[in-house]
Formats: sequence, structure tokens, C-alpha cells
Amino acid sequence: METLVSAADLEAIILTLRLAAATTLILFVVGTPIAWWLSRTRSRWKAPVGAVVALPLVLPPSVLGFYLLVSMGPKGPVGWLTQSLGLGLLPFTFWGLVVGSVLYSLPFMVQPVQNAFEAIGERPLEAAATLRASPLDRFFTVALPLSLPGFVTAGILTFAHTVGEFGVVLMIGGNIPGVTRVASVQIYDHVEALEYGDAHRLAAILLVFSFLVLLALYAWRPDRGRR
Amino acid sequence: MPSIRRLCLTASIVAACILATGLAAAGAASAAEAQIAVAANFAAPMKALIRRFEADTDHSVRASFGSTGKLYAQIKNGAPFGVLLAADQERPALLEQEGLGVPGTRFTYAVGTLVLWSAEPGVIGDGAALLRAGDFDKLAIANPRLAPYGEASVQTMDALGVKAALEPKLVMGESIAQTYQFVATGNAEAGLVALSQVMRDGESARGSGWIVPGDLHEPIRQDALILDRGRDNAAVNALFEYLKGEKARAVIRDFGYRMD
Repeated sequence: METLVSAADLEAIILTLRLAAATTLILFVVGTPIAWWLSRTRSRWKAPVGAVVALPLVLPPSVLGFYLLVSMGPKGPVGWLTQSLGLGLLPFTFWGLVVGSVLYSLPFMVQPVQNAFEAIGERPLEAAATLRASPLDRFFTVALPLSLPGFVTAGILTFAHTVGEFGVVLMIGGNIPGVTRVASVQIYDHVEALEYGDAHRLAAILLVFSFLVLLALYAWRPDRGRR
Repeated sequence: MPSIRRLCLTASIVAACILATGLAAAGAASAAEAQIAVAANFAAPMKALIRRFEADTDHSVRASFGSTGKLYAQIKNGAPFGVLLAADQERPALLEQEGLGVPGTRFTYAVGTLVLWSAEPGVIGDGAALLRAGDFDKLAIANPRLAPYGEASVQTMDALGVKAALEPKLVMGESIAQTYQFVATGNAEAGLVALSQVMRDGESARGSGWIVPGDLHEPIRQDALILDRGRDNAAVNALFEYLKGEKARAVIRDFGYRMD
């Protein structure tokens, strides 16, 4: 009886979890200010910025992957920047995948957090302001705690969505074991090579994982806690 | 209600149009359509061949491109292709044995050439020396499990004794087309691709390359096979005859393939 997953499959799973964790952490830092600005601004740039944030929801991953491959290449603007910073080129590297995933999962972080910020309304913040709380103070002691459920939702969705990423990784990853060969690409490889047994095992793991994540998300409702 | 009436009118016009195109297609009795699966390395020559074939006959051809391994898996799972133009002999032979091909139709339509290629001019002179020196960050090859050109690439590195040394620098395209794309965008400095991908009108189009000597890998003999779904399809049979003709062979040669 062989083990449930082969060493190569395990490597792909661990890589996937690392990618999803890095993406989620970075998006907490990058996405929160964007969500905050979107929830508070009256600028005429609100609609365009909101639309750009939502783009990955509707764009085919092949479009994103194609632009990333070209722009991060030696003749692209991002490639020029990373090279002049001494970082080399991003395609075919773990951090290249992180950059792609951050863009790809951006709306999954920004939108739930933005909704949570908007739900707070002006009142608690104005009340805090009359108590002489600085803007930064108001954000960290009032807005953040009140929108915590939004952050949990956003974090879970971002993590799960990154685990489910395939097209972008396929286009900029180069299928390197332990570096860019994530679980979804490994499954694709198994299927293409007619290794259906291996494909089934790994696919089932992802299916169960995704279901459990969504189950946790739907079962966990903060409003249920209120009597 | 006028809007509903207009909707009905639009719907009936659309239905009439669909019916008319269907009748028109049925009316052209002699013209048939061939749906074919083509190995990615042969995409450019096949597109040129299809243009000529469609100009010379009434038939039309719809081609899908992918790695030979992927196409094989799709055909085994019922993909509606009438012809497979593979990049090896193994998979067409397997399909024939498995009863998915028409027996006796298999033939070698081209012998492929592997080239070490870079999008930059002047990068590649003596390719063997370059591979031995490993003087690059990334080398793109096609996935050897799916693409015969990838298999030939691994054999080449093996023959030069550089496989283990180059292993950490390899990036893999899922087909030779993606491998070419990695090199063409400059993300990999060099790659082992099909000569046909860098040839235009009988000469190397851009960048720099080194044709891998044929004795470094098994010859890439590419076989075609009529599949079960293409049996008795006039377009498929005509296309097969066309591929064997001198006109097609000249085109194939122009893309850097050798012929038997």
C-alpha cells in the first residue's frame, strides 16, 4: 500500500499553501488601505479605481498571464525595474507567482473589507473624533475592530482563491518542481499524462479542502453570535 | 404588446437565418469539413498548408493545436478529431492499436529538427559549448512527458552530459508553443524549440540559434493518422492525400523539416 500522496504531490501542496499564505499576508497590507480609501472617498476616481480592483473577477487568467509575462520580461517595465533593483526577472520564480496572485486575488481581499468599512458608517468615527482620537487612532481602535468579520471573510476567500489559481501560474510559472509547480498545475500534468490515479488523489484533496474552507466561511456568521 | 411582437419578429428572423445557413452548408454537397488535431510544433506550417488546401479544394479544415501528449489524452477521451498530426510515432501507433485510428493510414509526414534558440541576436554561436558552460539563467524546454520535442531535448542534454548540471535552470512549457513563448518574450535566455517555429520563408526569422545535430537525440519522426471519427470524411481523405503530395512537402521542407 503506497502512501496517500507521492513526494512530488506533497511538495506541490506545500508550495501551494506557501503561495496562498504569502499572497494573503501581502494583500492584508496592500488591500486594506485601498479598501479604506474606496469606502471613505468622494473622489471622482472612486469608480475607476473600484473598476480596476474588480477587473481580475472578469478578466480571463490568460489575459492577466500574458500581460504579466510580457511586462515582467526583460523588455517590460516591471522586468526593467526588477533588474535594475538587482532582483533579476520574476517569471519562473516563487515571488513572480506571488505578484501574479496578489493581482489575481485583489478583489477577493478589497471588496469584503471595503463592505465592512462602509457598514461602520460615519457615526462611530465621528464620536471617536469628538473624543479627540487622531485619524490613525480612529482607524486602529474603532474601524479595524468593528470590521474584523470582513477581514476574516476576505482572508479566507483570498487564501482559497489563490489555492484555486491555475491559468496565471501556468502562463508565468514554467512548471518548476518546488518553485512554481503548484497543486493545480500538478493535477493538470497528471491528467495530460493520463495518470488519472494520481490526478484523482490530488484533485480529491483540493475538492475536500475547498469545501471545508467554504463550509467554515458559511457556518461562521458573526451576526449569529448576536442574540 | 409591441415589444413582445418585436421580440417574436427578431426571433423568427434569427431562426430563419440559422436555417438558411444550415441549408446552404447542406447544399454544398461536395464540400466537407475536417476537424484535425495538430502537434504544436507544426502549427505554423499547418496554417500555411490549410490556406493552400482550402484554396485548392472545396473543403475546409478546423485545426486544434497542443502537445502530442495532451492531444492523445483528448482523443482517448472522445475528442471529435478526424486526424492526428503528432510529433512522434509512438502515440499514433498506440491509437491505431487501441482501435481509435483507421488501420494502415499512418505515415511519416515530417522529421522534426531541434534548435537551441535565443530571441537575442548573437547570443548563441556554438550551442554545445553554451550548454556545457551553462552560461545562462534559464533554459526553456517542452515538458518531456507530453511533448516529443521535450523528450528530444532531454536526450540532447544527456548526450552532452549536462543534464544534471542544467536541471536547476530548466523551465518547462506545457507544449513546444509555450516553450517558444518563454524564449520569445526573453524570460528564458535560451530554449530548445522546433526549427519550424523560428523559420520564416526558409530562413531563421530573428534572434540566434544553433541546430542540434541529429545524432544527439532520437530522430523526431512525426506521424499522421486518420482517426476513427475521420473515417469516410471526404475532407479528411483529401487532406491526407494533399499532405503526401509534392506541393505540401515543399512547404513542410521550407519550415525546416526533413522528409523521409
